[in-house]
Amino acid sequence: MRLGLLLVAGVGYLLPAALSSYQTFEFTQVFIYAVALLGLNILIGYNGQFSLGHGAFYAIGAYTTAIMTTRWDIPYGWAIIAAGALSLVVGFLFGLPALRFEGLYLALATFALALATPQVLKYFDTWTGGSQGIVLDKPSVPLGLPISADQYLYYLSLTVLVILLLLAHNLLRGRAGRAITAIRDNPIAAEAMGVNAALYKSLTFGVSAMYTGIAGALGALAVAFVAPDTFSAFLSINFLVGSVVGGVASISGAIFGGAFIEFVPTYAQEISRAAPWAIFGLTLIIFMYVMPTGVAGLIRRVAAALARSMASEQPAPDSQTAAAEAAEGNRGSARAVLGKPD
Amino acid sequence: MAGNDALLVVQDIVVRFSGIVALDGVTFEVEAGKIVGLIGPNGAGKTTLFNCLSCLYRPVNGAITFAGRSLLGLPRYRIAEMGICRTFQNLALFSTMSVLENVMLGVHSRTRTGFLSQALRLPQARREESFIHDQAMQAISFLSLEHLAGHPAAGLPYGTLKRIEIARALAGAPKLLLLDEPAGGLNHEEVTELVGLLREIRDRLKVTVLLVEHHMNLVMQVSDRVVVLDFGRKIAEGPPAQVQRNAEVIRAYLGR
Repeated sequence: MRLGLLLVAGVGYLLPAALSSYQTFEFTQVFIYAVALLGLNILIGYNGQFSLGHGAFYAIGAYTTAIMTTRWDIPYGWAIIAAGALSLVVGFLFGLPALRFEGLYLALATFALALATPQVLKYFDTWTGGSQGIVLDKPSVPLGLPISADQYLYYLSLTVLVILLLLAHNLLRGRAGRAITAIRDNPIAAEAMGVNAALYKSLTFGVSAMYTGIAGALGALAVAFVAPDTFSAFLSINFLVGSVVGGVASISGAIFGGAFIEFVPTYAQEISRAAPWAIFGLTLIIFMYVMPTGVAGLIRRVAAALARSMASEQPAPDSQTAAAEAAEGNRGSARAVLGKPD
Repeated sequence: MAGNDALLVVQDIVVRFSGIVALDGVTFEVEAGKIVGLIGPNGAGKTTLFNCLSCLYRPVNGAITFAGRSLLGLPRYRIAEMGICRTFQNLALFSTMSVLENVMLGVHSRTRTGFLSQALRLPQARREESFIHDQAMQAISFLSLEHLAGHPAAGLPYGTLKRIEIARALAGAPKLLLLDEPAGGLNHEEVTELVGLLREIRDRLKVTVLLVEHHMNLVMQVSDRVVVLDFGRKIAEGPPAQVQRNAEVIRAYLGR
């Protein structure tokens, strides 16, 4: 994981030199989506709770930032933090009644949230600017750095992503993370071990919403514009697609998923102007067929196979392969969450 | 036998499931430092009683007192920190986790750090992680599972999974260990090992054991006392030799 994080950070920080300004913007979006998907992965993949409504938290983050920076002249750094905090609280509070719902019922409850979001945003037009939305100022480059505003947003998003990846990694590998996963695997046993499942599920919902809210804040700054119709139910479904394609019970999967939902629609458009969504759908089916545990799952399988072949060359303890396969089993179980018990 | 040594006091427990009486005024005590066997034919209410002790069911009448404190009305997740850890009849392991991680969850009830200090990897979180790891490894080596610590829990033989559950329960440093049919599905050799293991748990770890079991031979070998249930009522109680000769127990088992 640390190696992977260094790789992402290293490549990420060097990349803009080789990118056009439009590509820089595209990669900024990938990082922002990755942050949002990370939140969704923690919820769906690790905790086994469904959400088809994370677009709502993305919207909360985006509008918090837009309102705070344009109406109240609060620096965008504080606005991002406030967006995360507000999403955390709203997610936690939504998580409490959501405890009553399991599986597909929770998916429907959250989908209701996604459906309502654009209309709620239009309704409170004194705050949100109604259908017109709000135009933001792009953050200016600090310290007189010799980079463009778009490049600055790229580095800002990448930095936030790297920090949040690290925090998620720490959270999930420790005591709290084991409890989160235990609830997914066997809630009754988890409670018998002393895990307060209700509290943990609500908190996990809150943390998940916080990640997606922070992504929304960065998204508002990157596009410099928020409007209700960008936060339709389609956004929530897109997040779910990215989460599953990347590998739902993995941290690195968020980056692959982010790349998928940013780039594949664009390429689909290039292949066929008439039916881009048919191309998108076909790509999606191929991905699911070839990588049933997501891109991250495939990479893990390949790594495990490599470790095995190395081990057969020079006799070494089998524990590493076993561990890699255990991890692979972990990814696979996410499919059970999606209604295909294996 | 209402001595001060009673760790667990079950008093006049009544449980009904939509009109059917599953437990009908059951009363017994578990003395500290003993192995108590709870037996009875199928449907006698043994597992129902266990589930009352884990707060999975709430009796409509009666009292359950553990170490002087009432268990009734407590949320399920508080039971482990009170000092009661259990295993499950049909295995309830965390199947995507390694053996070590499963057992580490046993230590959850004895530790505190939350989301924030874990995410930031604060010193207290690091300290607790190494405490959890040490405690789990102790329980794992007590059950001689060291070689499997890194192995995924899924896919191991049934007897091994049963041992992992016992390790996970012991990692919670319980005062009372509830074992729900630990011998179920074990072969002859494994049952013999289990007898030794249960005695070690009582004598070396000083943990009191309440055992639900169908394997009569095992129960009679290891139990200090045996409580017999039939159709939700207690029909006999006493030392194994005495219970074995009890006419009502023989009738309950052999049919009437």
